[in-house]
Amino acid sequence: MSWFSQTLTSSIGKKLLMALTGLFLISFLVIHATINAMIFYNDGGETFTHWGHFMGTNPIVRTLEIGLIIGFLVHIVDGLILWKNNSEARPIKYAMNKPSANSTWYSRSMGLLGTLLLIFLVIHTAHFWIPNRSNQFATGEELNLYQMMLDIFQNPLVVLIYVLGCISLFWHLLHGFKSAFQTLGLNHIKYNGAINFLGTAFSIVVPILFALMPISIYLGWVY
Amino acid sequence: MSADNMHIKLKVWRQSNSNTKGDFENYSLDHVSPDMSFLEMFDVLNEQLIEEGKEPVAFDHDCREGICGMCSMYINGRAHGPLKGVTTCQLHMRSFNDGDTIVVEPWRAEAFPVIKDLVVDRDAFDRVISAGGFVSVNTGNAQDANSLPIPKIAADEAFAAAACIACGACVAACKNASAMLFVSAKISQLALLPQGQAERTIRAEKMVAQMDAEGFGNCTNTGACSAECPKEIGQENIARMNREYIGAKLSSSAV
Repeated sequence: MSWFSQTLTSSIGKKLLMALTGLFLISFLVIHATINAMIFYNDGGETFTHWGHFMGTNPIVRTLEIGLIIGFLVHIVDGLILWKNNSEARPIKYAMNKPSANSTWYSRSMGLLGTLLLIFLVIHTAHFWIPNRSNQFATGEELNLYQMMLDIFQNPLVVLIYVLGCISLFWHLLHGFKSAFQTLGLNHIKYNGAINFLGTAFSIVVPILFALMPISIYLGWVY
Repeated sequence: MSADNMHIKLKVWRQSNSNTKGDFENYSLDHVSPDMSFLEMFDVLNEQLIEEGKEPVAFDHDCREGICGMCSMYINGRAHGPLKGVTTCQLHMRSFNDGDTIVVEPWRAEAFPVIKDLVVDRDAFDRVISAGGFVSVNTGNAQDANSLPIPKIAADEAFAAAACIACGACVAACKNASAMLFVSAKISQLALLPQGQAERTIRAEKMVAQMDAEGFGNCTNTGACSAECPKEIGQENIARMNREYIGAKLSSSAV
């Protein structure tokens, strides 16, 4: 095995892949949340559609989208491999265990939270991304995503699924954001405070912003 | 003593060897002093078992003053019991209540197979050390260490990492049975000192490779290891190991 593949398949290498793809997906969340927040202009989706059109048709963005799909796949597959390795490292469990005495439940539940997010991701892409891109591929025309949002978020069950997805995202980010920096070796008294603050703030603000979108449409605040 | 006498019920993992399936046995002790250490309480149990003509419980112990790292019991769901920063031998019965039932298990990890009862095989740690946890530079005798100028801050950081007694509580407490706190402490103590520079890159590569080969899990940064470590080795060591390893992989001559 070459030094490169040896590095990526080592324990630290697999963690490194999780951290790098995780931070990349976090950067995607910033863009996604910013553009979707345009619906709060309440201008009948004009600003939102303008930027949605840019994201859906700009060749640079469309190329980056392939990177995004790869980023998701690596994060998911690598996460599953790590989960399997880690469960094999302790085949016999403790009869009595008190992990709450030494760590937070969400830091120990990244696999579970990630699985919930994956289920949400399937539902979410089936709602918007897949129909839109298939239509673009078939006819070259984009769908009216704003109108689709208004329609889909009339169903209270869908709104509930989206809110639960945002809650899973909050817990996943609350550990994942800071954990990524630790894995990259970026643990230093000079900037630990900033990473912790930014990580917590990001984990709260972004999921709330996302959750407000279906809620606002359902309650008729955005129309 | 009668005023302070404690009654303790024990639920202890018994397993005759690594090939057999173990199970819990229940014991009852009527004369336990709160001043006894946890291991002394086990001595009382074993005296009682020997008098009854039964097999005493096998458990690891050596110095009984918290520095050797031999004692290794998972007590009531915690590595080395309920206290912070202590080994099992430094845990005393006053930390428990009269009438308590205490569950005692061996460390659980694929890389630490049970030899007998509460004794596990921690040779995996020795093999990680053999892979790179040494210096080949001649460091001289005791007085030579004092004549080699090392900044106080580097000496302190290296010493904090070197406080690791390799007891394995980090592996035992980690949900992934990861050995990264142990390995990172051993890499750190040498990477921070001038004597450790010659083998710095190869050490990180070889120790991590051996750690992986032993079947330990992968760290998910829960921090459980540092919280349960009797020497309170910090998470910054794992970050340092990650830096050392990534740097070594990018720059070492092993292609």
